[in-house]
Amino acid sequence: MSGTNLNLKLKVWRQASPKSVGAFVDYQVSVSPDSSFLEMLDEINNNLEKNNQDPIVFESDCREGICGTCGLVINGQPHGPIPRIATCQLHMRNFKDGETIYVEPFRATAFPVIKDLAVDRSAFDKIIQAGGYISVNTGGVPDANEIPISKEIAAEAFDSAACIGCGACVAACKNSSAMLFVGAKVSQFALLPQGQPEREKRVEAMIAKMDELGFGACSNTYACEAECPKGISVKNIARLNREFVKAKLKSQNVEA
Amino acid sequence: MSTLDSKIPAGPIESKWTNHKFNLKLVNPANKRKYDIIVVGTGLAGASAAASLGELGYNVKAFSFHDSPRRAHSIAAQGGINAAKNYQNDGDSIFRLFYDTVKGGDFRAREANVYRLAEVSNNIIDQCVAQGVPFAREYGGLLDNRSFGGAQVSRTFYARGQTGQQLLLGAYSALSRQIHAGTVKMYSRREMLDLVVIDGLARGIVVRNLITGEIEKYSAHAVVLATGGYSNVFFLSTNAMNSNATAIWRAHKRGAFFANPCYTQIHPTCLPVHGDNQSKLTLMSESLRNDGRVWVSKIKGDTRKAKDIPETDRDYYLERKYPSFGNLTPRDIASRNAKEVCDEGRGVNGGHGVFLDFSDAINRLGQKAIEEKYGNLFEIYETITGENPYQVPMKIYPAPHYTMGGLWVDYNLMSSVNGLFVLGEANFSDHGANRLGASALMQGLADGYFVIPYTLGNYLATNKFSSVSVDQDEFKKDEQGVNDLVKRLLSIKGKRTVDDFHKTLGRIMWNKVGMARNEKGLKEAISEIKELREEFWKDVNVVGSDKDLNQTLERAGRVADYLELGELMASDALHRNESCGGHFREEYQTEEGEAKRDDENYRYAAAWEFQEAGKWDLHKEQLEFEYVKLSQRSYK
Amino acid sequence: MGWFSRFINSSIGKKFFMGLTGVLLMLFLIMHLIGNLTLFIGEKAFTNYAGTLETLRPIVRVIEVILASIFIIHIYSGIRLWWENKKANPKQYAVNAKSKESSIFSRTTVFTGSIVFIFLVVHLQTFWYPNNFEETGKSLYQIVTGSFANPVYSLFYVLAMILLGFHLNHGFQSAFQTFGWNHKKYFPFIQKVGTIYAILMAAGFASLPIYFLISRGGM
Repeated sequence: MSGTNLNLKLKVWRQASPKSVGAFVDYQVSVSPDSSFLEMLDEINNNLEKNNQDPIVFESDCREGICGTCGLVINGQPHGPIPRIATCQLHMRNFKDGETIYVEPFRATAFPVIKDLAVDRSAFDKIIQAGGYISVNTGGVPDANEIPISKEIAAEAFDSAACIGCGACVAACKNSSAMLFVGAKVSQFALLPQGQPEREKRVEAMIAKMDELGFGACSNTYACEAECPKGISVKNIARLNREFVKAKLKSQNVEA
Repeated sequence: MSTLDSKIPAGPIESKWTNHKFNLKLVNPANKRKYDIIVVGTGLAGASAAASLGELGYNVKAFSFHDSPRRAHSIAAQGGINAAKNYQNDGDSIFRLFYDTVKGGDFRAREANVYRLAEVSNNIIDQCVAQGVPFAREYGGLLDNRSFGGAQVSRTFYARGQTGQQLLLGAYSALSRQIHAGTVKMYSRREMLDLVVIDGLARGIVVRNLITGEIEKYSAHAVVLATGGYSNVFFLSTNAMNSNATAIWRAHKRGAFFANPCYTQIHPTCLPVHGDNQSKLTLMSESLRNDGRVWVSKIKGDTRKAKDIPETDRDYYLERKYPSFGNLTPRDIASRNAKEVCDEGRGVNGGHGVFLDFSDAINRLGQKAIEEKYGNLFEIYETITGENPYQVPMKIYPAPHYTMGGLWVDYNLMSSVNGLFVLGEANFSDHGANRLGASALMQGLADGYFVIPYTLGNYLATNKFSSVSVDQDEFKKDEQGVNDLVKRLLSIKGKRTVDDFHKTLGRIMWNKVGMARNEKGLKEAISEIKELREEFWKDVNVVGSDKDLNQTLERAGRVADYLELGELMASDALHRNESCGGHFREEYQTEEGEAKRDDENYRYAAAWEFQEAGKWDLHKEQLEFEYVKLSQRSYK
Repeated sequence: MGWFSRFINSSIGKKFFMGLTGVLLMLFLIMHLIGNLTLFIGEKAFTNYAGTLETLRPIVRVIEVILASIFIIHIYSGIRLWWENKKANPKQYAVNAKSKESSIFSRTTVFTGSIVFIFLVVHLQTFWYPNNFEETGKSLYQIVTGSFANPVYSLFYVLAMILLGFHLNHGFQSAFQTFGWNHKKYFPFIQKVGTIYAILMAAGFASLPIYFLISRGGM
């Protein structure tokens, strides 16, 4: 399992605050191939702390690819070179001895850098708050088996719902578009019978908020799908487009 | 020593909750918005509570140290959520779910709470489906169920291997809706650092804004904590990096009793530690034990590769010792046995790991069938270890996973501090000494959606509240305390890093307060932790400033709390002279090596009152078992 | 703002009109190419075709205005989206890994579109303007073949057509995606049709200058 250590040169983006100018700082590391990428950064930080230097700020939480907190751009790719994993699942055995690795934060106007590699993704929450839900209060709902949903539809809705809200789609997109994220949520509810009553209102509200927050539009390059750790399909964007145009033309709401 | 009033309603168990709900006082709809409620933590329990309270019209302030409520560690639960729907027609019922949970908890949970949990379990599933949670379905369009450890019925609802995620996103969407409606104000990236108690009532909290470093004060009529468990006291656990005990620990220091801290669950199927720089342990779903066979070599220090160890040299120890349950024994038993064989030096390469072998299942069912069942898990395993489990057996080892202990609460989920309510894993109430699989999600949502909206209303309706302002002395004093603590941590400027202390503590906890405990080890642990704590306050090095995002400072505060909590866990384990569920004292075992309870002397919840670090008073809540007869668990 | 203006100014609205005008332009290209291919049949066929258009002049004028509007909307939306998208993503990564994430056709639409636009201006100036507004004394056939005899012009023409192919290869399937018609069964087929269409258009248009350059230019 374990081989000899890899010697790597890291160029890590350091930026003291949202307003300050950042730059790459070099770190030389020797790391076990069994170590995860974030454990390597932990190790660098431990050494920095021992030398009374400020550690590199990066965010992570579950370290098993589900919470969506981590997210680094490694050699130009959000979550690194291996498809369909989050940064925390990336292991050093995927790198070669002597390699130089660039580590950067997600870059998008809508995701301002907080410090070093940590960015503010609260824009995603704001989009969900605008309408990414089914308006039911606690209690007073029908029995869970009252409305049958075909296995295929449930599975398709799940595929959309699997989004972890990490923002890699935005980071990968040359336009910093959030359409894969929004498309996934809109699709999940558009597919399910429970989502029907607010179907039009939801997509109109979410797109209006998304546009307001400074995300770009979709150019159909599909880089988002390529970098999504959960493999969310761009079919969700197609559905989003369809849902939106339909809602605009059909709904009685002239205010939206 | 005093006894505690659990406020269990009178009457037969089936009607306790119904009657209680009727007897609870209500708050007039027009008055609800005059009440401020603080909810700390926005995982399953916190988000569902904040959303439900907001829907009722209360003025809710929700706090999370994450950037978004959607990140809470509830999201990582894989397996599923139990409910007594009996959709499968296999004999399930509320009573059976109640029975299984009490028995699974090794008779150390409060019957009335567990019954209520089973009772509202069905509402949870209805609620989640209505929110658009895409549970797995049958071809006919109805909900699918699977079976889980500790039960003989199929009552687990699931959404592939991401049930926790889907349920959390459901609660998160309900919460988002209330944020939009303005009934809930969300304060993210805030860490609670103190509870403010005024005239004996919980009236507010002091938090640190993790981005600006500012210490902020918030007042309310009641405070709800839903901040999860404390497995990270072990440093290496399956919990998220930031999961911590600080909120409940600071509340504990303000008067909330801590119950059964020694009840920790060690999950048997996690990936073994690979090196010194490992940051956390990854859990592999328990379902793997349905088809995988657990074995080690019969020879100590055997360094041969798995394929080179002949059948005659293999010890399928679970199948050997528990012929009827085999590889499917409950979590605590499977974990303890893995530790035992590894301690004998028979682990993989003589180290800490056992084989989980699928070759028989692959030969019997074909690789395709195994791929369909576990493909996703096998991929995760390969991503992390670089080994293909279709070809070589997996290596697994137990890891701290869940803490059954937590702040003591009465039937209304109120702690020993009036007006402080505790939900989900942060409280101690429902799982006794061992939690069954797929019950954590159930409890979090039961507390948040269906219990707290009723019991909190009663508290507000039956108490008189003086008006408070964050500018009054009690708030200022606590704010000063927090400021002093932050300054003190930054001023030590010692030589050892925060992680170094945390790892050292983790090793003590794992070796002496882990899967198997004994008097000598526990006593050693207590004195070692005391020493380590002293050293921490002399020699820790917290770099950076308190004026911006400083993750080292955040961790330092948490580790300072673990250094006190760890000692309480060891003390609790030492005082409990019996074995039960996740608490296994080597001195108290049956001839076959199973946990031996002492119902006569220890049939109580131990609730500890904080005096000072290292000094606690014990309060007991005697547990009565009227509906589930006390018996010894047997899985032979 | 009314609902309609909010719709067309929304991110998806802009994309929608980009796609809609793109599809109309693609239909126009087919017509245009069919007409052009009469050049291969000979001068008479081409002149007949040009003459028919001439007799329908009032209708053609209307169509030209519509066509121009479509072009303008397409180009305006393109520029606006480019500008807004740039604002949304102002900073590049140190390592360019885009080729691992997306196709070159999809990333270069702004570039290929710009070249096609320049081509369009030149194209109108060489053929359409003299034919309609100047007394050159030459027939359209003479103008066309004369231009194609110029190697520089022909080379530019061919290059522009290749880039037009790139543009169309992305644009065709992209329009379907934008309209929301991405279906598991049909979309791979649409993508193939798009590629075939792009190749046919590029090859079809480019074949003319190549043919005339070789046959008339003496190469």
